[in-house]
Amino acid sequence: MPTPLSPPLPAGGISQVPDAHGRFGRFGGRYVPETLSAALDQLQAAYDEARADPAFQAELDQLLAAFVGRPTPLLFAKRLTEYAGGAQIWFKREDLSHTGAHKINNTLGQGLLAMRMGKKRIIAETGAGQHGVATATACARFGLDCVVYMGSEDVRRQEPNVRSMRMMGAEVRPVESGSRTLRDAINEAMRDWMGSVETTHYIIGSVVGPHPFPRIVRDFQSVIGKETLLFCKKELGRDPDCVVACVGGGSNAAGMFYPLVEHKGIRLVGVEAGGRSPKPGDHAASLSYGNAGILHGSLSYVLQDPDGQTADVHSVSAGLDYPGVGPEHAWWHDTKRVEYTSVTDAEALDAFDLVARREGILPALETSHALAWAVKEAARRPKEEVIVVCMSGRGDKDAAEIARLRSIEKGGAHA
Amino acid sequence: MTSHHDSKGPSSGPLAKTFAALAKDGRKALAPFVTAGDPDLDTTLAVLEALDRAGAAVCELGVPYSDPIADGPVIQDSYTRALAAGFTLEKFFEMVRKATGRVKMPILAMVSYSIIYRRGIDRFVDDAAAAGLAGLVVPDLPLEESDVLDATCKGANLALVRLVTPTTPPERAAEIARRSTGFLYCVSVAGVTGARTDLPEGLVERVKWLQTKTDVPVLVGFGVSTPEQVKLLSGVADGAIVGSALVRRVGELAAEGPEGVAKGVESYIADLVNAAR
Repeated sequence: MPTPLSPPLPAGGISQVPDAHGRFGRFGGRYVPETLSAALDQLQAAYDEARADPAFQAELDQLLAAFVGRPTPLLFAKRLTEYAGGAQIWFKREDLSHTGAHKINNTLGQGLLAMRMGKKRIIAETGAGQHGVATATACARFGLDCVVYMGSEDVRRQEPNVRSMRMMGAEVRPVESGSRTLRDAINEAMRDWMGSVETTHYIIGSVVGPHPFPRIVRDFQSVIGKETLLFCKKELGRDPDCVVACVGGGSNAAGMFYPLVEHKGIRLVGVEAGGRSPKPGDHAASLSYGNAGILHGSLSYVLQDPDGQTADVHSVSAGLDYPGVGPEHAWWHDTKRVEYTSVTDAEALDAFDLVARREGILPALETSHALAWAVKEAARRPKEEVIVVCMSGRGDKDAAEIARLRSIEKGGAHA
Repeated sequence: MTSHHDSKGPSSGPLAKTFAALAKDGRKALAPFVTAGDPDLDTTLAVLEALDRAGAAVCELGVPYSDPIADGPVIQDSYTRALAAGFTLEKFFEMVRKATGRVKMPILAMVSYSIIYRRGIDRFVDDAAAAGLAGLVVPDLPLEESDVLDATCKGANLALVRLVTPTTPPERAAEIARRSTGFLYCVSVAGVTGARTDLPEGLVERVKWLQTKTDVPVLVGFGVSTPEQVKLLSGVADGAIVGSALVRRVGELAAEGPEGVAKGVESYIADLVNAAR
């Protein structure tokens, strides 16, 4: 199914971002060392050129169809809906994408861009490992060298993904600095890029980082929202009432929401990682509890101490364990177009169990946050209403970690 | 202080005086970088006095940041140590106030824009000026995002030192050179900070070209560690910046206490100062 990168959108302000300086309202921008400025300008020019080139779009569409398996279906979650006892819950099945998550939409697009720029080496950061796997996959497909930075804590939590990356020829470099999670992996990837920028493209995995990354990643992920709209129109004859997605850096949510923001009747909800509690250090909910600040090259909501030092964060889910969020989410938050809320580790784990047993799908722990909210909300809404959950990824990678957590909880008695 | 050179802002300030005095003696500037608060702020104060005694022209004082993407492992580790030891901006400015009362070399803060933004641009610049800092170096603030801080620094008579790198296209480099105040920081290699053994090709030509694009001195940094390198650079640039090599020494000497660190640093920097001519 051909899905143009920049679909015609109804007139309005909220989707007309970013501006030429990468601003989403006051958010975004480019706060990076001078060494990277030229490469970001080059990337912006290459991307603008690619968007205008029908051959680029055709090649990407062909890959999304035959390699990724798009379009992904929308599934009615019958037994989960019965359990909630209210509105209908539908899943947008990004978990059925090749490599098991939405991340591949972006890595194929950026991989093609890297080749247009003549760059043969790719670096990436990864938290849950899904973006790392998707990057390793694109690199194997395109014949590019691939180095993935991953916090050593995440290497432990997401071991199956580490194995997959290595099998596809990527080098996985564990990062031992700081909290040894996603944030530190991004720092190391940026440091690598500082010294390799003339030969290397950095495929950032979320709608974060300096301009033009938040825009590029959003655009490549927008296929999720576009397909959702088309499917709802075709199968249900109308728009959904509510669409919900989990938000760490926020790429699956941005890709789902962006094509929908001008459809004023659709309620959009982003679910952050509430962790153990709302206390600093116990969660990773930047929009719910953070302040405006700069992290990893852009201005957005961040979790910092009063001196501007990045705070420690926590989430049971490695992919949401990040102290910032994409600048476009900050824009949607401040303009009140999207509601942001959070659910706790425990609620997400319960949602994982529930969806596994009632739907026969192991959702990613990241996705389980959105599912937890959807089940609670569906119970409060009438049966005619349609809630679409972005099923951003599959949870096989989390199975061992969940078993470990459950056995700690239940004193080892859990089978 | 009134000046006819409004566009230069601090051209008549402490940095300009320092560079004028060096020029008069036929010497080049040796500009060390140290991390504030590594291993503690008492040691940093002792180190600043030692650098001044050793004849350093100007000092860049690194403000520890949790996510320093421009820095290599040596400076990153020093930031981590300082933060773990309880570094805060309040304690930093208090120490700087003491230091600027005791030393004659101008001191600049090397600080991430994340930290400036969080404190508030006006407040940070006010605090910096009140503590006696001569200027700011903000390694993650490119030209396009710098207008507000630039104007605020000018209003407070603080220099805003800008950086050019090997990946900066010529037209952009000329604009950065034109807008830099205090001095211009020429980064010798693409990459993060860290000591290197030799000087990269093309550097001499680049420095000479940059000098034609700015009225402020051009100092070269990234990878400078030995008197031989300083001597080589002094043949072309207006000075050399020494960072990771000094930070590493401070880290190695930390167990010997503030006086031990100061002594070791003083003899190391004195040798480099002697080579800067």
